[in-house]
Amino acid sequence: MSVAARKEQARSDGRVSALGKATWRALRRLPLKGRSAVVAAPYIWLGLFFLVPFIIVLKISLSQMIVARPPFTPLLTWTEGWWPQVQAYLDNYVWLLQDPLYWIAYLNSVKIALISTLGCLLIGYPMAYGIAKAPATARTLLLLMVILPFWTSFLLRVYAWIGILKQNGLINNVLMWLGIIPEPLAMLHNDFSVYVGIIYSYLPFMILPLYANLEKMDVSLLEAAADLGCKPWKAFLSVTLPLSLPGIVAGSMLVFIPAVGEFVIPELLGGPDTLMIGRVLWNEFFNNRDWPVASAVTIVLILVLVIPIVIFQRQQAKTQDVLE
Amino acid sequence: MGQRRSIFVLTCLVFGFAFLYGPILSLIVYSFNESKLVSVWAGFSTKWYGELIQNEQILSAAFLSLRIAFITACIAVTLGTMAGMALARYGRFRGRTLFTGLITGPLVMPDVIIGISLLLLFVTSAEWLGIPGSRGMPTIIIAHATFCLAYVAVIVQSRLSSVDVSIEEAALDLGARPWKVFFTITLPIIAPALVAGWLLSFTLSLDDLVIASFVSGPGSSTLPMVVFSKVRLGVSPMINALATIIVAIVTVAVVIAGVLMHRAENRRQADIQQALARAGYQ
Repeated sequence: MSVAARKEQARSDGRVSALGKATWRALRRLPLKGRSAVVAAPYIWLGLFFLVPFIIVLKISLSQMIVARPPFTPLLTWTEGWWPQVQAYLDNYVWLLQDPLYWIAYLNSVKIALISTLGCLLIGYPMAYGIAKAPATARTLLLLMVILPFWTSFLLRVYAWIGILKQNGLINNVLMWLGIIPEPLAMLHNDFSVYVGIIYSYLPFMILPLYANLEKMDVSLLEAAADLGCKPWKAFLSVTLPLSLPGIVAGSMLVFIPAVGEFVIPELLGGPDTLMIGRVLWNEFFNNRDWPVASAVTIVLILVLVIPIVIFQRQQAKTQDVLE
Repeated sequence: MGQRRSIFVLTCLVFGFAFLYGPILSLIVYSFNESKLVSVWAGFSTKWYGELIQNEQILSAAFLSLRIAFITACIAVTLGTMAGMALARYGRFRGRTLFTGLITGPLVMPDVIIGISLLLLFVTSAEWLGIPGSRGMPTIIIAHATFCLAYVAVIVQSRLSSVDVSIEEAALDLGARPWKVFFTITLPIIAPALVAGWLLSFTLSLDDLVIASFVSGPGSSTLPMVVFSKVRLGVSPMINALATIIVAIVTVAVVIAGVLMHRAENRRQADIQQALARAGYQ
């Protein structure tokens, strides 16, 4: 390390410690005692590392890409006078509107997430129902078996499907050995494998809220329906299903929202033409190094997801009120 | 009719669990395959395990990931417990709506969004304040702790809302200081939730690829990042061996934790029964 660099290092160290002292003094002056400190610590942490970042993303989405470090133009410049000059560009958003690539990616992501959510619901509902109706001793074990895959690596579980679905993979080998198909089916690197991957990875998120809801359901309502001569399937459609709606909504949101922004599954299992917005965002950021456009893509994605997130939040609050 | 329905439900359960566990089983089976071609069985072999434990890159990445996961879990449990306490016990404090939003947000927000926004925060703060000087382990820990604490908060909150608040109120009425009530009454009650939250944070951190890829710097590649770069190039039996080891560790840990928590819960229930009996309620 050169002398100049060392001096610079010392200066920045001094700056950091001075900053730390100032922060400490400011914190001590705040009326943070007992009760309020318990709220304040996680509140400040989440505000700093979850809320503020979105404001910064919004800021950078309004700047332009330049070849520099950091690779974007400043929004505020303090060149002359007292007032900062604001230089905001809407170019990135115009760019998103004009290039059909982004439109297709957003729509395709929503479509894939919707179909996968439906798939999770169709597989997960009977499973959750079966677990909720199982004898109490089996219930704990079955529930543990739903949660266990969730604890093992997500990346490796997605990777497992490559070996199963590929040209000379497990399924094709078995089907050809049985003589059911004359030549291997193309199951990997297309939309089909992406659906399989998402449904597989997010299935526990669908089962758990559904189970929580179905387990609490009052059996006497179904008995009453049966006593009054209602057929079981009709009782299911007119009693069980409507009562489990909160569980369906919670589970669907837990699958749909992260699935829209999924990156790993389309990257590993999807084909080169499987356009999903998480993948576009990743490429824009890491390959094209266009941070402002990547920021604009992020902001639009958040706007797309705000409605389902609000629905989820409301549902949670309602369930909470019922509990209390 | 009821019988026909239960057969249908049973079939769904069997196929559902086969769907959940089939891929994991295939990973384990093929990790013992002699052939490099994962799909062709060429005899039993443990050579991929030997290759795995000699791979410097994977070992150092695994060590880094374990350290990150450990610190992350400790921070997440501390802050998440505070958040869960606030949500379950503080009623309608000022800013509660925003607070619940901040807790649910990280649970559902796609990884790419959390990753890019935290990276831009770190870049901006490095430019304005000089911290963080470089990205690496500390920035990954901050990022992981942020979404893990939300999970812990939800677990602690649901545990607390199933516990009678009157015991804590009684202790307060009898003159115990709030922190003493927390450490002698609340903490033992929510201990299973803290263990579950710690383990969940640890595995979530160990498992994360996308967020770590955004916020890590040069020279700090976590295990999922190394695995991802290998998996992208195609199937490798060494990765199957790694998966088998992870599955084995997780299964053992979950079973041990489950048994211990079950025992602790039984003991607690027995203690309550005994106390009630002694107080003359039975």
